[in-house]
Amino acid sequence: MISLAGRDILHSWSKFVLTGIGLGLLIGVTLTMAGVYRGMVDDAKALLNNSGADIWVVQQDTQGPYAESSSLRDDVYRTLLALPGISRAANVTYLTMQVRLGNTDVRAMVVGFESGQPGEPGYLVAGRQITRSHYEAVADVKTGFQLGDTIRIRRHDYRVVGLTRRMVSSGGDPMVFIPLKDAQEAQFLKDNDAILNERARTTANPTLNRPGVPGLLDAILASQNANHNVNAVLVQIAPGSEPEHVASEIRRWKHLQAFTRAQMEEILVSKLIATSAKQIGMFLVILAIVSAAIVAFIIYTMTLGKIREIAVLKLIGTRNRTIAGMILQQAMGLGLIGFMVGKTAATVWAPFFPKFVLLEPGDAVRGFIVVMLICALASTLAIRVALRVDPATAIGG
Amino acid sequence: MKGFGIHIEGLRKRYGEGDTAVDALKDVNMTVAPGEVVGLIGPSGSGKSTLLKCLGAVIEPTAGRMTLGDEVIFEDGWKIPDLRALRRDRIGFVFQAPYLIPFLDVTDNVALLPMLAGKPNGEARKRANELLDALDVGHRAKANPSQLSGGEQQRVAIARALANQPPVILADEPTAPLDSERALSVVRILNDMAQQFRTAIIVVTHDEKIIPTFKRIYHIRDGKTFEERGLGAA
Repeated sequence: MISLAGRDILHSWSKFVLTGIGLGLLIGVTLTMAGVYRGMVDDAKALLNNSGADIWVVQQDTQGPYAESSSLRDDVYRTLLALPGISRAANVTYLTMQVRLGNTDVRAMVVGFESGQPGEPGYLVAGRQITRSHYEAVADVKTGFQLGDTIRIRRHDYRVVGLTRRMVSSGGDPMVFIPLKDAQEAQFLKDNDAILNERARTTANPTLNRPGVPGLLDAILASQNANHNVNAVLVQIAPGSEPEHVASEIRRWKHLQAFTRAQMEEILVSKLIATSAKQIGMFLVILAIVSAAIVAFIIYTMTLGKIREIAVLKLIGTRNRTIAGMILQQAMGLGLIGFMVGKTAATVWAPFFPKFVLLEPGDAVRGFIVVMLICALASTLAIRVALRVDPATAIGG
Repeated sequence: MKGFGIHIEGLRKRYGEGDTAVDALKDVNMTVAPGEVVGLIGPSGSGKSTLLKCLGAVIEPTAGRMTLGDEVIFEDGWKIPDLRALRRDRIGFVFQAPYLIPFLDVTDNVALLPMLAGKPNGEARKRANELLDALDVGHRAKANPSQLSGGEQQRVAIARALANQPPVILADEPTAPLDSERALSVVRILNDMAQQFRTAIIVVTHDEKIIPTFKRIYHIRDGKTFEERGLGAA
């Protein structure tokens, strides 16, 4: 038996292809939306992987340093190193800001780290790691910075000495790594005018400026200008230690919050990007409904255009299931063309998105199944119409 | 009734019930022998289409008896359980317009019926090509219906009607869209095919050009048939 659907598609291939392209672009948008979500999850995991930590130690009662702000004294890491099961601990700061290069600026997450410690960029694609204590930077290639560029962060200029890749914040902003001391200044140190104003206020305060207590005012002013805070301490545990056990010891004895890798992933994926995920989910549902409506409408219209042929087919003894199969196969064929166009389109345009779009093969397979199901579902309307066609309508009168 | 292509006795068809009931067919009697072509003529609303639909097993008569070959197919209800198969295998249809399937080429339009009946594709196409050759459209076998002239399309439609070698063909104004020459050519072909395949053919027509060609004509008026000897050689 010949394939009626196949022949019809070949006969009016231009109509099918053009319709398939239209549907395909919609499917491409749907696949891209899924890719945007996957990209966000992957960015979050990349952030955790790149930090090189087993445990994140942050301010008590916070879910820092990525989901909430967290502030710790920068000597906490020393006390942590004294705990059993911890092999390395290092301070880090995170600050999302506009980093200037000439007249342009780039939104980036500025990471302050200690050279050779957890938090340092794991690998470079060009240049070298930071070797000086100040004013050198390593940037993710997505910032667009080049080796040798001079970038401005707050009050200081930094020379880009290294480039890295896939070092992004959970929001997808590329990272710029600078020495910890500089990062602490950038995050907590005020501008010169504010410092002068603060000094004037403190000096004018008789409680703090006591003539009878020499050195008090100088000490207060010095403490106001110095900064000893960091956002988190990244901890690597010793071989054989249990992360959860070590984290619970930190929580118990140091009155700090400590998150294991699994807990931090939960915070990033389930809490930080949960709203975005729901937003994307809503889009996916709407796009699926729109796709279904378009396929249903197209197949329905095509079927209405073939009512007389269907009546003739029924009159000459074609089974209902053959006619239903023809319409179903056409809907599936349209879905197949649409999916191929959509997958190709998504693959072509994904790299041009400002944030990472991760098109997973698994999503493509799931997308294909959903498209086929939607097409099958959408064809039911047309099948109903076709099955209701009275073969007697082929006979005049 | 053995030996008849189709035989109809006292066929009735009523639409609706009670006060609104309409008797479209009141007393239809008709016999068409194998190899015979008869005309069925009547004014609009006389019941021609209803009769054709009853004969084509697409609507159920209210009463009467229909015999196809030597088998009773209707008597107080259908005697054949699978009317679809009856239409496919034992009744051929030729319509006013050819109604060829636009996405199948000429061969497959004809071969579709044997394929639907379960014949292998090769065998069905062989049969289709034989019929197309017999109807002098074999050279257009690979063409699409839209590439054929009106006369060629109608010949392909006749080939399709003959594809499963049905004992009866119902032709519903098959010459309506054709000029005189082509209309007469179609009637000639129907006669030839009826002779060649021993098929009983009923031609419903208004076409004055072809009415004189029928040997026997059935008039239908107010749901009743009246037989008349025609002038034709059919």
